Amino acid sequence: MYNFDVEMPTTIADAVAALGREEAQPLSGGQTLIPTLKARLAAPSVLVSLHGIPEMKGVCKNDAGQVCIGGATTHATVAADAAADYPALASLAARIGDPAVRNRGTIGGSIANNDPSACYPAGVLASGATIVTNSREIAADDYFQGMFDTALEEGEIVTEVKFPVPEAAHYEKHLQPASRFPLVAVFVAKFADGVRVAVTGASENGVFRWTEAEEALSANFSADAVAGLKADGSEMISDLHGSGTYRAHLVGVMTKRAVAAMG
Amino acid sequence: MTQVNMTVNGKAVSGEVEGRTLLVQFLRENLGMTGTHVGCDTSQCGACVVHVNGEAVKSCTMLAAEAGGADVATIEGQAAPDGTLNTIQQAFQDHHGLQCGFCTPGMVMSAAALLKDNPKPSVEDVRHYLDGNICRCTGYHNIVKAIMAASGQDVSAIAAE
Amino acid sequence: MPKDHGIGASSKRREDVRFLTGEGNYTDDINVNGQAHVFFLRSDIAHGTLNSVDTSAAEGMPGVVKVFTGADFEAVGSVPCGWQVTDKHGEPMQEPRHPVLAHGKVRHVGEPIAAVVAETLEQARDAAEAIVVDITDLPAVVDMKEAVKADAPKVHDDLTSNLCYDWGFVEENKGAVDAAFEEAAHVTTLELVNNRLVANPMEPRVAVGDYARGTGDHTLYTTSQNPHVIRLLMGAFVLGIPEHKLRVVAPDVGGGFGTKIFHYQEEAFVTFAAKACNRAVKWTSSRSEAFMSDAHGRDHVTKIELALDKDNNFTALRTDTYANMGAYLSTFAPSVPTWLHGTLMAGNYKTPLIYVNVKAVFTNTVPVDAYRGAGRPEATYQLERLIDKCAHELKVDPIKLRRQNFVMEFPYATPVAVEYDTGDYVATMDKLEEMADIAGFQKRREASEAKGKLRGFGVNCYIEACGIAPSNLVGQLGARAGLFESCTVRVNATGGLVVMTGSHSHGQGHETSFSQVVADMIGIPEEMVEIVHGDTANTPMGMGTYGSRSLAVGGSAMVRATEKIIAKATKIASHLLEASESDVELKDGAFTVAGTDKSVAWGDVTLAAYVPHNYPLEEIEPGLEETAFYDPSNFTYPSGAYACEVELDPETGQVTVERFSAADDFGNIVNPMIVTGQVHGGLAQGIGQALLENCAYDSDGQLLSASYMDYAMPRASDLPFYDVDHSCQTPCTHNPLGVKGCGEAGAIGSPAAVVNAVLDAMRSGGKDVEHIDMPVSPNRVWEAMNG
Repeated sequence: MYNFDVEMPTTIADAVAALGREEAQPLSGGQTLIPTLKARLAAPSVLVSLHGIPEMKGVCKNDAGQVCIGGATTHATVAADAAADYPALASLAARIGDPAVRNRGTIGGSIANNDPSACYPAGVLASGATIVTNSREIAADDYFQGMFDTALEEGEIVTEVKFPVPEAAHYEKHLQPASRFPLVAVFVAKFADGVRVAVTGASENGVFRWTEAEEALSANFSADAVAGLKADGSEMISDLHGSGTYRAHLVGVMTKRAVAAMG
Repeated sequence: MTQVNMTVNGKAVSGEVEGRTLLVQFLRENLGMTGTHVGCDTSQCGACVVHVNGEAVKSCTMLAAEAGGADVATIEGQAAPDGTLNTIQQAFQDHHGLQCGFCTPGMVMSAAALLKDNPKPSVEDVRHYLDGNICRCTGYHNIVKAIMAASGQDVSAIAAE
Repeated sequence: MPKDHGIGASSKRREDVRFLTGEGNYTDDINVNGQAHVFFLRSDIAHGTLNSVDTSAAEGMPGVVKVFTGADFEAVGSVPCGWQVTDKHGEPMQEPRHPVLAHGKVRHVGEPIAAVVAETLEQARDAAEAIVVDITDLPAVVDMKEAVKADAPKVHDDLTSNLCYDWGFVEENKGAVDAAFEEAAHVTTLELVNNRLVANPMEPRVAVGDYARGTGDHTLYTTSQNPHVIRLLMGAFVLGIPEHKLRVVAPDVGGGFGTKIFHYQEEAFVTFAAKACNRAVKWTSSRSEAFMSDAHGRDHVTKIELALDKDNNFTALRTDTYANMGAYLSTFAPSVPTWLHGTLMAGNYKTPLIYVNVKAVFTNTVPVDAYRGAGRPEATYQLERLIDKCAHELKVDPIKLRRQNFVMEFPYATPVAVEYDTGDYVATMDKLEEMADIAGFQKRREASEAKGKLRGFGVNCYIEACGIAPSNLVGQLGARAGLFESCTVRVNATGGLVVMTGSHSHGQGHETSFSQVVADMIGIPEEMVEIVHGDTANTPMGMGTYGSRSLAVGGSAMVRATEKIIAKATKIASHLLEASESDVELKDGAFTVAGTDKSVAWGDVTLAAYVPHNYPLEEIEPGLEETAFYDPSNFTYPSGAYACEVELDPETGQVTVERFSAADDFGNIVNPMIVTGQVHGGLAQGIGQALLENCAYDSDGQLLSASYMDYAMPRASDLPFYDVDHSCQTPCTHNPLGVKGCGEAGAIGSPAAVVNAVLDAMRSGGKDVEHIDMPVSPNRVWEAMNG
């Protein structure tokens, strides 16, 4: 790693101020960023740790019935504390990486990085969640802008994510055997006004909504409704672990299984 | 360089670290506690697992500065002061749950974290809990068996020796 | 009744206590006062001409002690290869120079170009980024069959081609083999790939060089399976340091699996640099660095053919293999696809005629050398896949076809130059059939099908050759080393023993099992025996641990040395007992005069050896310390039969191993617990090869699986509990313990069983697929099912 200073603010305001320093970068759980720094693929001069900011931690339910998760809340905390109110999201969190990673990695870090194979982006997008930053609120549909790309501005941090709770939801994941990230995973969320289906791991453009499946499922919420659907393989990731064609196939299988699991 | 203070295995320690100093480097290089190992650089192998404030973390993927003020537990603090192995350590020896020993500190620390949260895990629970701990020697059979035994469950149905 | 101590007991491992408490002493735990750190600047291209390496900016960077390039090593030797294969025309293999740091050209991604020694590793790395390398890209050769074409770019300009050797075995049999194929009633042909693997011991390699200018003594601490071999290769061939001025220490080593046998450039570098810088120099490999600098394993492309008569008897076998050497010849690389592979092609079968052709090829990839099993897994996989394919073609039961062709009488001389001393392939197959509950398979298949899954069953037999020897034979085959083992047994005055062995333990538990043997021979508690290994300063010249040789060869040396101790102690005892030596016997730690109650304890005899007041000084010397060197007369031949049961998800192609049964014949067994553990580990690596692991390059020679993000290491949730049995025991006839070796069997015997099971599952789903290459990834299965 190149050397850097570490700032440990205890409030969002102080964190934002610290991020104003030259070449400053936020450090949330660090489970992706620290390996990246070890490979010398990034050279921040200051890392602003978001770990010690109480107002960015925790899971609660707001008056609108949304599950609100602080940006610095670890996957382990979400897995435990969201289990009652949003079990599918808790289940997603409980299956990210491994236990030690879940004890450090955070929801804010995950969606700020927007790895094309990360789990959270699928949950956030399928839920139609709202991403709250230190300066504004961003709808999930506007937030994810392609592989490793989001609507976040320089120095802007995810302080909270607000999830509308669907009537039913399920996250179905097929693992890439080495990294244990999803090779393809699908989050299906059934709301009163329609179904949202978000896919991660598959596309070169990062997480996306599979609109054909959404339409089919909104009309007829059953595994059969998506059984004949084929995702478009043309912009799918193709690598050592799976061709684009295979990934496109898995999108269909994971969607079908998610729907089946929702009963 | 800044000073970092923490508690390691119940003892107050401090040292000078750079911003980039990892917790595992602080343990191994500043404190000379070489029981915690580094087996990869992508946060997967788990040879470096320690407990920070009671939770299993990968000490190669956490800055020493972030552990300031924390209560850290490592493999060196697991046996009794007179050297008597704890239940998990003893089960690993009894069931041949280690060979070269390199992944073992992380395995023992992960097993301890598991059994704290889930005192009577199923075999499936144990296997999935170890997703972040890679062993190249044992094929995991005897590690899983040792953890099941350490939880006080009957392991006689799992193939012997 | 299982024994509770000595030979045959599952004694708990004494080494575990230090490993379980964080008190192991691995090489990275060693820090020498005043040490500096080295960072290697490694090539990020596979093939190129090095025009210049400008280190001037780096030399002025903070903390930099010294910067080295290939030019600094022009006067030192080439990293040597320890085995010279002779090709089918009687010519020696082509052997390129292997520099410590690249000079003139780079030949694989990861080859070290320059090295920065600095106060800290990060400073060294900072400075390495300031080195300016002017390099002209050359086209890379990656595919072996492309590499041997006449117009292929050459990896080594001074060689005639990329062909290291073209080996025929047994060349004289070729005509007869071809004739047998002409007359065959049936011929089965199979083309397959034995996928390239990375050994991945959990401890990455580390080397610390130290130099004492006052005495001229060098010390190298290194993660090695064989410190004496490193001392000889590096001292004599690379750096020109006589062995008495060079100490090599391999302390606790965190797994080897073959890849820590070899002498690597980094070891020579730190030893050289410690003198040049006059301070200790430490290198710790990162895992990412390990992927591009540790020797890889396997990587064979094979066509194999089996001829049968009308009664389904095997009449001839013919193979044609391309074996990847990588860019340079690693220490034992040439021997792996030849003497460790061709000699095993008979397997468990009495095929009378066999011809093996192997073309070893240089490519712009990391060198390839021995990995757990080394040549034997490659032999077993192709043969056992072929037999399964054949059985399917002939519509006969694969187990029945194997049984029909088993070698039944021992000793058995194969047509590929080796003689199996003992074995009972029927017994291990009988045992396997019982363990695998074949009768219950149909029910399990139906249960899987009820869940929408397919279920398949596959078997595999294997024969292994361990403890490669004798030295005079392997010398004729091209080995540039002896393959004996050594042991010194030192008895202390109060009766305790220190056993100094040339074997090396890096997970195998020698400190426990070796103690069991010596304690058993003398009749004393195991705690009275200490095992010392891994340091050339306090062990006799030994060849180390690989090829499942430790107990069969090192243990035999230990037995011989202990026998000498007992012989001398008996002389002393007979003097003390005033009895004839022939009447004195050692039992349960005491010498007694036969037929009397006169006895003297072990400790009284050992004390007399060092306090020789009442002692026959005119007949024997004081003291009690003996050394033995043991050179076996033959290999040992463990064998077994394995069965795998998989479940296959036809929608995703995901395969899971549901049951794995292993019936092995390891001859006599010293510690059943340790033997079982060795099999477990081997099975995990074999299943890993079959389902998960793949070291892949793109056509430019870029490593695609360069970290654990892309190289799939088997996890606990990927693997089942294994059912392991070693009750079938035909003891080895030519070593004193009757042992055979167990370290590699699991990795040798499992891949074909897994793949055979996968194909069986596919067939049950209506898809008759001839072959699927490893790793059998979900993508590959899905494509095969839908192709």
